[in-house]
Amino acid sequence: MATATAPSRVAAATEPEITRKRINLGRVAAWAAMIILILITLFPFYWMLRTAFSTTKSLFSDPASLLPVDFTTGAFQRVLGLATPAEAQAEGGSGAAVNFWLYLRNSVVFATLATAGQVFFCALAAYAFARLRWPGRDIVFFLFLTALMVPPIFTMLPNFILIKNLGLINTFPGLILPYFLMTPFAIFFLRQFFLGISREIEEAAKLDGAGHWRIFFRIVLPMSTAPMVTLFILTFINMWNEYFWPLLVGGGENVRVLTLAIGIFRSQTPQGSPDWAGLMAAVLVAALPILILFFAFAKKVVNSIGFSGLK
Amino acid sequence: MSTGAIETVEPVVPSDFKPGAVRGTDKPPGRSEIGIALIFILPALIGFLVFYLYPFIRGFYFSLTRYNLLGTPTFIGLDNFTRLFQDPLFWNAILVTVEYVVINIVLQTILAVAIAVLMHRLTQSTVIRGLILLPFLISNVIAAMLWFWMLDYQIGLVNGFIAAIGFDKIPFFGDSAWAIPTIAIVNVWRHMGYTALLVFAGLQMIPNYVYEAAAVDGSTEWKSFWRITMPLLRPVLALVLVITVTGSFQVFDTVAVTTRGGPGNASRVIQYYIYQKGFTEGQFGYASALCVILFIILATVAVIQLRMLRAGESDLA
Repeated sequence: MATATAPSRVAAATEPEITRKRINLGRVAAWAAMIILILITLFPFYWMLRTAFSTTKSLFSDPASLLPVDFTTGAFQRVLGLATPAEAQAEGGSGAAVNFWLYLRNSVVFATLATAGQVFFCALAAYAFARLRWPGRDIVFFLFLTALMVPPIFTMLPNFILIKNLGLINTFPGLILPYFLMTPFAIFFLRQFFLGISREIEEAAKLDGAGHWRIFFRIVLPMSTAPMVTLFILTFINMWNEYFWPLLVGGGENVRVLTLAIGIFRSQTPQGSPDWAGLMAAVLVAALPILILFFAFAKKVVNSIGFSGLK
Repeated sequence: MSTGAIETVEPVVPSDFKPGAVRGTDKPPGRSEIGIALIFILPALIGFLVFYLYPFIRGFYFSLTRYNLLGTPTFIGLDNFTRLFQDPLFWNAILVTVEYVVINIVLQTILAVAIAVLMHRLTQSTVIRGLILLPFLISNVIAAMLWFWMLDYQIGLVNGFIAAIGFDKIPFFGDSAWAIPTIAIVNVWRHMGYTALLVFAGLQMIPNYVYEAAAVDGSTEWKSFWRITMPLLRPVLALVLVITVTGSFQVFDTVAVTTRGGPGNASRVIQYYIYQKGFTEGQFGYASALCVILFIILATVAVIQLRMLRAGESDLA
């Protein structure tokens, strides 16, 4: 380091003006590029908001206005079932009843139960892989990991048959079961963290006569709150956004989740002029829980991405 | 000159990226704890056996049967596969999917590396990283709907802009030539921030003094990017590509809620074709055979990628 800084100071002294100017220009250009990329990322969200606060009819008269046209919360009222069919049709909606609250409840039930089960049972398993000695441990762990190589659709087709034969189509157990007990990634993720926990405290607890059960619940779990919360959020987001599996086994009204409902909502609108404002309002409300969750835990999620991706 | 700078730092690099995986395995052999371990692992083991291993084996078996979901599967050997190779729609699905993957991955990787490098050189801000990640948090279905609206032929914003600057409007989702590129770009928008964060994590493993040393030797940012960043990033990039390419091959949601395979067969990607065969046409055995092919393709692509990018060896370690 010392040798590195010395010549740079010399270089800076000989041509200070030129270097600074070039660096500044470069930085300005780089920031400009960064800002453009951020705008591309964020603008569609604004457009969603702008459309949702417009009426579908007036969208046609002024499609390019940057602000909502005929500002109204009508689209949201339509989606949430607070508008009468007449009001809905006046603003360009279909007037058909949308059972939004039901789909919201279904999404909450599905995502919460699947995530909670998965995180808990995977934590148990991860502890066995990280801390207990048993023959075949590494082979079983390797087997679990190879499941990551199989494309989900490969197992989802036979799983559909299984759920169907069990008579669980259009039930929450049918939707949740394949995710409830384990995913290879969750076990891998938690095992990594458990391995990193210092053994000394556990050894001390062992000397005091604590069994593995006690060590797990009293020491390991409390010490791993951060990774557990991170995993919970990542899994919850995935479950909330899941489309394919609910499409296979959860088409019925009583268990239909939001992703599926939006797909159906879109295919029901006549080809000519869909209720754009209603659709954008629905999409916005469907994304809202995840966005709130994200803003509450943004730092955790963002910092865990590097780890979660580079399995 | 700049390559010389890299060689001098090699031994100093902290190598705490992998050891975590090794730490648990090298403890002294002792009393087996199989009894208690079994209790801890039982739920996950049941989950693995019932929802991963059993359907995996069953998937292969179904691919060798004729099965319409109502009766019982009839064993027909490799018939599904011989039929499949003569099925023009199968080859179309492969072609269309590959087109999607190429457009999606090329654009996404370039943009993601650009974003990651810009973030790395400009700011460590968590806020900016959070903003960049936003599209990834909403579901494929929502992203698809949002762009379906923005790219609408009649009153979509993008076509309004295209018309305003004097070009012909583009029927993005309604034209056979445009359908796949459009879907690919929508998913680039959704995934580029996420991919950028993966790359960014890799960039953070490159120590800063490598760049400082290169700057001392008179290397420009541009030169440093190609001579330092890219070579040192290669192993990370290889892993990122395996993840994104594998994911890309399984595109489904966007197609299902926008074009539904059309117009014609223009966007009937493999996974959508599997879905149609299995669930709308009731040819479950045939759909399973398609799954086997998809699995083989993905495994082959992953192996080739890791070989080509020599992911195993890093220039840093």
